[in-house]
Amino acid sequence: MSSTVIDVENLYKQYRLGVIGHGTLTHDLQTWWATRRGKEDPNMQIGVQPLVASGNTDGRSFWALRDISLTVEQSEILGIIGKNGAGKSTLLKILSRVTAPTSGAIKVKGRIASLLEVGTGFHPELTGLENIYLNGAILGMSRAEIKGKLDEIVAFAEIEKFIDTPVKRYSSGMYVRLAFAVAAHLEPEILVVDEVLAVGDQAFQKKCTGKMGEISQSQGRTVLFVSHNLAAVENLCSKCAYLDKGSLVKIGDTRDVIGEYLKPKEKTNNTNLEFSTNRTGSGAARITNVILKDSHGVETDSIPMGDSFSVEVYYKGELKRANAAILIGGLYNDRIIESNSYYSHNAVVDLTTGKYTCRFKKNILLPGEYYITAYLGRFDENVDTLKNCLTFSVEPADVYGTGYAPDPRGGIVYADHDWDFENKK
Amino acid sequence: MVLGRLIANCFLATHLGDLGMAIDMITNSRDNGQWTTIIRPRSGWFNFNLRELWRYRDLILLFVRRDFVATYKQTILGPLWFLIQPLLTTIVFTLVFGRIAKLSTDGLPQILFYMSGTVAWTYFSVCMTKTSDTFVANAPIFGKVYFPRLTVPVSVVITNLLTFGVQFCLFLAFMLFFYLAGSDIKPNALVLLMPLLLLQMAALGLGSGILISSLTTKYRDLSFVVAFGVQLWMYATPVVYPLSQIPAKWQWVYMLNPMAAIIEMFRYAFLGAGSVRIWFFLESLGITALILLAGIVIFGRVEKTFMDTV
Repeated sequence: MSSTVIDVENLYKQYRLGVIGHGTLTHDLQTWWATRRGKEDPNMQIGVQPLVASGNTDGRSFWALRDISLTVEQSEILGIIGKNGAGKSTLLKILSRVTAPTSGAIKVKGRIASLLEVGTGFHPELTGLENIYLNGAILGMSRAEIKGKLDEIVAFAEIEKFIDTPVKRYSSGMYVRLAFAVAAHLEPEILVVDEVLAVGDQAFQKKCTGKMGEISQSQGRTVLFVSHNLAAVENLCSKCAYLDKGSLVKIGDTRDVIGEYLKPKEKTNNTNLEFSTNRTGSGAARITNVILKDSHGVETDSIPMGDSFSVEVYYKGELKRANAAILIGGLYNDRIIESNSYYSHNAVVDLTTGKYTCRFKKNILLPGEYYITAYLGRFDENVDTLKNCLTFSVEPADVYGTGYAPDPRGGIVYADHDWDFENKK
Repeated sequence: MVLGRLIANCFLATHLGDLGMAIDMITNSRDNGQWTTIIRPRSGWFNFNLRELWRYRDLILLFVRRDFVATYKQTILGPLWFLIQPLLTTIVFTLVFGRIAKLSTDGLPQILFYMSGTVAWTYFSVCMTKTSDTFVANAPIFGKVYFPRLTVPVSVVITNLLTFGVQFCLFLAFMLFFYLAGSDIKPNALVLLMPLLLLQMAALGLGSGILISSLTTKYRDLSFVVAFGVQLWMYATPVVYPLSQIPAKWQWVYMLNPMAAIIEMFRYAFLGAGSVRIWFFLESLGITALILLAGIVIFGRVEKTFMDTV
């Protein structure tokens, strides 16, 4: 018997935009009467084609999920990441049976409990104890099950003293603790969690993530975890799925998937940046191109460790008393190296159309993917910033001359250094 | 797409035999042995799953408890309101319809006549109005977690059963008082039908309530209709006048209203006056069953996707 507990097959979910079914009976009757007589629907939006069966985005509908297929194994913690509107919540809603898919199917082995929100169904007038029973039952527990878990739940939530107080008197922290405690003790085979860890204090958050880890490891349960908190996802999840605009972009090892997610979407290397819209600043002058050159002055997108390299930034426009900056960032760190001409070179210059070059004498970055942000400013004014406009990779090299390249997971940068061992005899 | 429909239809066809089993987009499937749940697009008309409702009976009871506690916390008189409502209504009806309009009561004491009608009618009408906004009122909860949606309206009907119980006792107390005072009231063997009448009122209230709530997800207008519709419906029911006031040749039309037979039967059983014919009663039972079935079917269809439209 396979240990696949969730099997999502070609899942589609379509939402219609605008008011559905016109909302009032009169409009529906009008529509019905008009179409009966073979006339045009008076309530149809002008210039919009009727919804067609093929169902591509046609203005009146859109696909919140498109052809999602994935499987989740037992005791896996699957992280789901993606921007707002990527379809994460829709997927969870379908999984928790709040709404039905448009086509496709999900096969599930075991009971699913979903925590799309904490404290669903809590009633402010009821006491903590009564709410434990109510919330537990809403989440699918029987009375006997809740009774058996009661002490544990109360202890986990740390609200022993207030158990007979109506929850409307609770602080929001207590409220959330109680709610999470009930959900965490559900013992479903599959737990679906959406962003609930954004609440509660640090210690409690830690307790929650700990509990989720425990649920999956020692009890063999499966957890689906949606979050914008990449650190939490990386910490907790062995596997991760990345959704974008309703499609599954990548699923696999968490580190890889997060890497893919963080990678700037537009690969704009070596293209003209003058009209790039991905920029901020007052626009008094404009960066038109950013070029990376290796130690031989040849344009490239990969630099070996230890080599020198330079970044050339072309700009257009006049700017008095300006300063320029280059920022190098990586997957987990926006700013690894910042070089600002004002600080590092004392260079405040008057610019007219031309280029500036920033030379790095030695590449101290460890192997991996990095992004360059180019900045043009005047005092504290941001004139033009192109964030992560250039991607490059750093290639491993034997920088210590030992025959070994430094371990890329050993930090962010390497440093020239010596060792000295003094053995006392 | 077409293939999907076809498969869905076949699926439906093979399962139509065992109603009451899950014929459902979420199937407790037996053909797919190892999977416990299969989530599919909504298909077919018979999406309801009564077995699941039974599994969630604890939840129904907790909802009942919640509604009960929540309604009367922070009110001064608390459950006394149960008694004040029918008492005041009876007094007003007695004054307006009894003293001023001088409507017939089939020779019954006016207080008892109006109270019997009010108590029974209130149960039905409250069941209907309170279940008629199930989807809209519970959208926040329904949007976050799955449980059989029918638990909510069913719990409402049960909660109101308690209210009805208290009010019914009030009615019995008045009855006893009038009986001892020598009024001409004749409770008879039909009293034994009381549980059936009650069940029928509950079914009718639930059926029409969930029918309306399913339609209000699409047509919000209906929620306005409910409020005064229930008023009008009361006047189409023998609450403030006896059935005997309706001309015999129009009675068959009048009796299409299933509540008419229920109220008349209730009054006849406890007070011994009224015109009840078994045929009308059976017809009312039939219509009730029809409305309940329609309600459950449409409710089951709407509950899968209403979150996208609310």
